[in-house]
Amino acid sequence: MEALRAHDHFPEVRPAPQPAPRKRPLLARPGAERLFIFLARFIIASALVVLVALIGDVAIDGAARLHLDFFLNFPSRKAENAGILAAWTGSLWLLLLTISFALPLGIGAAVYLEEYGKKNRFAKLLELCIANLAGVPSVIYGILGLQVFVRTLGFERSLLSGALTLALLVLPIIIMATREALRTVPKGYREGALALGATKWQTVWTQVLPVALPGIATGCILAFSRAIGETAPLITLGALTYVAQVPDSIFSPFTALPIQAFNWLSRPQTEFHTNAAAAITVLLTFMIALNLIAIVIRAKFQKRQR
Amino acid sequence: MKSHPSTKVRAKEVGIELALALCSSVSILTTGGIIAVLLLESFRFFEEVSPSQLLFDTQWTPLFLDKHFGIWPLIAGTLLTSAIALSLSVPAGLIIAIYVSEFATERTRRFLKPILELLAGIPTIVYGYFALLFITPALQFVFPSIGSFNALSAGIAMGIMILPMMASLSEDAIYTVPRSLREGAYALGASKLQMIIGAVLPAAIGGITAAVILSAARAIGETMIVAIAAGQQPLLHFNPLAPVETMTAYIVQVSLGDTPHGTLEYHTLFVVAMMLFLLTMGLNMISLAIRERFKRMYR
Repeated sequence: MEALRAHDHFPEVRPAPQPAPRKRPLLARPGAERLFIFLARFIIASALVVLVALIGDVAIDGAARLHLDFFLNFPSRKAENAGILAAWTGSLWLLLLTISFALPLGIGAAVYLEEYGKKNRFAKLLELCIANLAGVPSVIYGILGLQVFVRTLGFERSLLSGALTLALLVLPIIIMATREALRTVPKGYREGALALGATKWQTVWTQVLPVALPGIATGCILAFSRAIGETAPLITLGALTYVAQVPDSIFSPFTALPIQAFNWLSRPQTEFHTNAAAAITVLLTFMIALNLIAIVIRAKFQKRQR
Repeated sequence: MKSHPSTKVRAKEVGIELALALCSSVSILTTGGIIAVLLLESFRFFEEVSPSQLLFDTQWTPLFLDKHFGIWPLIAGTLLTSAIALSLSVPAGLIIAIYVSEFATERTRRFLKPILELLAGIPTIVYGYFALLFITPALQFVFPSIGSFNALSAGIAMGIMILPMMASLSEDAIYTVPRSLREGAYALGASKLQMIIGAVLPAAIGGITAAVILSAARAIGETMIVAIAAGQQPLLHFNPLAPVETMTAYIVQVSLGDTPHGTLEYHTLFVVAMMLFLLTMGLNMISLAIRERFKRMYR
């Protein structure tokens, strides 16, 4: 009762003031989120369109020139007679040589860093160098190759110089990809092998590497597909743009698909641009095939892990 | 009886470890080799041309009779094309990264990743072709005055080329932001976009900055696109519709010519490469340092 009376002294109870219909902050409105999603999808769709345009543009431009003769002819002053025999054989040689230099070195370095990894100064310096090398522009590798392989070691402008330069270029990528793959191998595999009395190297060779192999393969294929498309370091090296011979040894002068394409592209006549498009189409086809192989390996590997 | 590994086995183990260490030392040798080559040959250049000329002259004409060695036109060209590329790839890459990590379904993600990888793996000569014979003609509709070589089309092509890298690096950065931050923002009543802009992006800013810097380094070092589409005229200006020459394009230009070994013109190659190396290495190191600090933050 008392309480009620006390209540009477209060002024009459007004309904709680309704908050004025305040505008919601811009980012909290549902429209903002929709707009963002639309924008993101638009950008992704544009990227897709560009990808299709990029590939479609060269493929359509170059289709006219893609006959068997184009693969069997040497470069010529007449655009319609010119072919990519020297270029594609050169690219193939370069690829095989680069793989044979970079693969053992790269995997060896990655195994050392990941499996033998000591926390000493050498390892620290190594990490720094690899991280730095991965960001060095490819022309700089060309300059290095020019001065070291072409001039100092006297390999001239040969396949050997080109492949060594490309090998140095892809080495950091291979090392990083291999390390990534080695890291996915469960620790238990190593401990199990060591517990059974295997030596360090036996563990790595029989347990760790086989398990990491698909990951290593994927990373390395992508790295080499990059190597085969590299133009700048080979031009800096002084690779010739006019070569009318199929390379027959590692000391042969050489040209490669992207160099040949660049050479044709930098001429004013549009007929040569058609040749460039055809050469690029061949290059792209090869690279996309490599990428697909990598994707398939990864997909298989991921399924097995689950 | 306790069995010891025989000395033969132990010797093999040591030998293998040594061989592996040798493999990895190639990276150190390469770094050392690059620095040594650039330093030695640049030194020979500076025996004839003073560094002040390099830094204070505003003309770059080493291949002409009247030689000037002011590096600024090349640096201006490099910065112009890189700025165009970054203004395209940084916002677009960031938006893709946010979309992929916060909105997209697992299926979209799995579909998008190979596409971005493919876009990243396309040789730069293809982008050069695209810039010269597709983007430039398209731009001529909008800007009839644009030359057949110009900074804009090269910059745009370069932006497309860098986009996948920018997107995937920023996505990595956004991915490392702990869930608790997101939930905290939601608990405070934030909408999804408010959560992203107020909580996720500030937390990921280190990684995103590193991604931008790395993209910049990539743009500065990109060679074929600018050599094909931007022209080879070292002029000091910032007009995107006019031709420029970048540091990398100059290196290609000299390499293609018949510059005799050992001449002053030949040595300019190394000086320009040195500037390029210092610039990109500096950016890479900054980016690396930021990433290292950032990594430790959430551990």
